[in-house]
Amino acid sequence: MTDQESRDRERARAMAEREATHASDTPDDYRGNADPNGVGVIPSSSALATPALADAPVSGSGVGAFGARGKVRIGDKVFRYLTAGAGMFVCILITLVAVFLLAKAIPSIANDKVNFFTSRAWQVSGSTLEFGIVDLLWTTVLSSVFAMLLAVPVAIGIALFITQYAPRQLARPVAFVVDLLAAIPSIVYGVFGITVFAPKLHGIIDFLNRYLGWIPLFKKQISDPGTVFAGGIILAIMILPIITAIAREVYERTPRENVEAAWALGATKWEMVRLSVLPYGKPGVISGAMLGLGRALGETIAITLILVAPPSGAPFSPSLFYGGETFASKIANAAAEFNNPTQTGAYIAAGLVLFVLTFAVNAAARIVVNRRREFS
Amino acid sequence: MTAVVPTTTLAGSSKGGVRAFKNSLATVLVTAAFGIALIPLVWLLWTVVSKGLKTLTQSGWWTSSQRNITFRKPGGGVWHAILGTAEQVLLCTLISVPIALLVGIYLIEYGGGRLAKLTSFMVDILTGIPSIVAALFIYAVFITTFHGQRAGIYVSLALVMLMVPVIVRTTEEMLKLVPNELREASYALGVPKWKTIVKIVVPTAFSGIVTGIMLGIARVAGETAPLLILVGYSPDTNSNLLSGFQGSLPGMIYAQVPQLGNTRFHYAADRMWGTALTLIIIVMGLNLVARLVARRSKVSN
Repeated sequence: MTDQESRDRERARAMAEREATHASDTPDDYRGNADPNGVGVIPSSSALATPALADAPVSGSGVGAFGARGKVRIGDKVFRYLTAGAGMFVCILITLVAVFLLAKAIPSIANDKVNFFTSRAWQVSGSTLEFGIVDLLWTTVLSSVFAMLLAVPVAIGIALFITQYAPRQLARPVAFVVDLLAAIPSIVYGVFGITVFAPKLHGIIDFLNRYLGWIPLFKKQISDPGTVFAGGIILAIMILPIITAIAREVYERTPRENVEAAWALGATKWEMVRLSVLPYGKPGVISGAMLGLGRALGETIAITLILVAPPSGAPFSPSLFYGGETFASKIANAAAEFNNPTQTGAYIAAGLVLFVLTFAVNAAARIVVNRRREFS
Repeated sequence: MTAVVPTTTLAGSSKGGVRAFKNSLATVLVTAAFGIALIPLVWLLWTVVSKGLKTLTQSGWWTSSQRNITFRKPGGGVWHAILGTAEQVLLCTLISVPIALLVGIYLIEYGGGRLAKLTSFMVDILTGIPSIVAALFIYAVFITTFHGQRAGIYVSLALVMLMVPVIVRTTEEMLKLVPNELREASYALGVPKWKTIVKIVVPTAFSGIVTGIMLGIARVAGETAPLLILVGYSPDTNSNLLSGFQGSLPGMIYAQVPQLGNTRFHYAADRMWGTALTLIIIVMGLNLVARLVARRSKVSN
């Protein structure tokens, strides 16, 4: 393998690592594909054809060697149990998260004077406990879905640019720049969002309000810059790298035959992309979008800093141009006042709902990836 | 070349006013998408650097704490915050690395069974767990159940949950790249499997694993949510992970936020941008170094 190729491989691996930080559930375990990292910058190049890479280290390989000798070494047994124990630890940890959150949330939910799922109240400091999640759920889902809708088209565009349009020399720096977005801590996004970015949005908000204000979603409700709209855009920037990384990975794997076939039909570049690359990558992009959504749902500090909490008792508004609190920001805002168990339990109940929500979204994304693997 | 020539003629002949236009439009949009991603990155970095740089060059920024310094006063530094973040992250790393390495080894070298599938799935779930949920879990276990007091050590524990999946995934990728010939050669010499893993496989993948660890550190160093719940922010230097509030870089940024709108005193805002720049330098620096290590690393036979 030439030096250039091996350098390419390492570079791509480095990029893939960035993505592993977020979204390991990407098609990382496609068996039979030489390189799990989407390293195939040039599909089926010799860089991938190295037999050593093609054989994914099959579990238990070599076991036969001593199996044949009919003797199990004690070191092997211990080490095996040690690693399996670590694996089991991770499984137990997730179970414990669910168990503990449930255990701490249930007493408070039992004492809740209003319906937990349908009430808009949040009164936990007094003697009577009244809390419901419907407002939190709305703001959380609205901001996250809005962020996803903004981020996905841009991510697809960037991924196409990197894999199909940009010259090789440009593709790597571009991918690097997008990955850098993921290296910025979320609190920095938060302070940037609220002090610099959000105040700049007044023009857009007024414009949308003027022409689309008859739709409740676009009705301007507050003049404070801390709107769901601003928060959603910042969230979109934050989840862009993860969606891009996954889209890039699946687009890189588009079978050569499909691309050649499109060319042979006389397709233009765009038609080639539309006929071969996009359909092939669709399930991967969907799961990437869901992973991004999962991130956005749980994002805490940036959203806490940006969103302005409406006064209690304020009427409900579905608008993007309104403040609000998400599950995460509600918990973060109250973090300093966790002092008695029932009160804290209300926040833990909110955390539990958030956990269930992100669990469902992430698991669904994972299932999409798995199903695709069976077909491909 | 033969593929290209008919392409152009066909596109030209079948009249492609519309097709050619669509094609150009797509090219423009795709390129523009990259530009869109570039705007926030440049804007954000420029904001932080231009607003934070002057604070970083103040005397004592790197060496003093914020003791006795209020939003009405200039001066003070980030030493207490760097110390707190460093301690919390270090403890987190010490706990995470062995667990994550073992899990990664299990998934690649012993994987395939039902437990391995489940573990792989759970690692994915762990990757997606919001930091605030991890923090609430640690709070529910150690503070409400075992009646602990908020302290830095609990932040470390919450960060472990965020760091482990990062390192597991990188370790997995790196172990997959280790050629099977190396394993087989080792077995052929009669070396037991565990020794092969410890002495041959892991060392071969070592630099890649180091990259994963550094990316993990970069991931957790900027986490703020666990800090809010599990330890308070202290402007004094506190090196004790086991008791008392602790300074930390994200905590220090957050602590300045209430005074941001203050028009008479701008010290808190300056301090916040300075801390943000410090944090970005550390986290991005770690990221860049990790990538360099990855580039240098050679998993080769």
